[in-house]
Amino acid sequence: MERFLEWLGNTPWSIALLESTLAWPLIESSHVLAVALFFGTVMMNDLRLLGWTMRRVPVSEVTGRLLPWTRLGFTIMVVTGLLIFYSNPVRYYHNIFFRLKVVLFVVAGLNAFVFHRGIHRRVMEWERLPVLPGRARVAGATSLAAWALIIVAGRLIAYNWFDCDIPGQPGWVNWAAGCPVAGD
Amino acid sequence: MGGRQFAPEAWLPFFERMENTAIGTAVRESIWAFPIIEAVHLLGLGLLGGAVLLADLRLLGTGLTRQPVANVVRHAHPWLVAGVALMFLTGIPLFLSEAVKCYYNTSFWVKMISLPVALGFTFGARKCVVAAAPSRANWRTRLIAAISLGLWFTVAAAGRWIGFSA
Repeated sequence: MERFLEWLGNTPWSIALLESTLAWPLIESSHVLAVALFFGTVMMNDLRLLGWTMRRVPVSEVTGRLLPWTRLGFTIMVVTGLLIFYSNPVRYYHNIFFRLKVVLFVVAGLNAFVFHRGIHRRVMEWERLPVLPGRARVAGATSLAAWALIIVAGRLIAYNWFDCDIPGQPGWVNWAAGCPVAGD
Repeated sequence: MGGRQFAPEAWLPFFERMENTAIGTAVRESIWAFPIIEAVHLLGLGLLGGAVLLADLRLLGTGLTRQPVANVVRHAHPWLVAGVALMFLTGIPLFLSEAVKCYYNTSFWVKMISLPVALGFTFGARKCVVAAAPSRANWRTRLIAAISLGLWFTVAAAGRWIGFSA
């Protein structure tokens, strides 16, 4: 892994991207602004599942009509996010906030999977109820929390507070960051 | 962008005083404060963006098309207000911590000009048109939505660019 990422970071395009004065900020800005499109529409959907907004609008209508915009936002996030990772792979790989973000992706993904394979199959039966089933509300709350934490973790990747070359860090930090052990 | 002087010289002492306020100093001297407040500012961007999009997509004739225009805008309104409130609550301490840098930052001024225009447009013009709007989108609601999206995009993009310009 380490060697592959080192090779990736030494490809000419990766170096050019990292050193670019305009491309990198534009890609990063697109990543940030797509938060409004992706998280904004996800949040509206989650708030509906929690019963905090649009209670008289059926759940499938909110989800269905917002989904194309959520997908568009997601696509922009993934493309720009991968480009940002590509510009400095080794640094991100050893950043604990990046690692936390990846773990949270799994949480958000599993939550969506469980929701769609489970209670959402019978959405037509409960989508007009004044109080939605507990499992639907839990899915909404989990999604909201997971994506909010992903955004916070993502923002903190920018800081090198726990980089591997900082001396005297607690063992668990070096473990979480996957720092190469001296003498390896 | 940035590095050039955009605002009148006479305003500089005000920005210096803002930077020396207790909040400005505390945020600047803390390691965690700025990043954490900034991260919450981003969550506010999501909330504000979601509320703006919910209403503007409907005005454009997409999004929740089975609901009347005025209904969707009404549903979005409390989240819009909450989003704006969260942005101000986090944005002000961020500004205080680096007010003098902001004074010399062109992106900051683009944001400070587009922000009141966007707020005035959303809470003034858009509200009036929506109040008189038919239940379906028409050219007038589409125009209003396009202007609103353009204004808020400018605010957000200029805001992000404050950090990139010197």
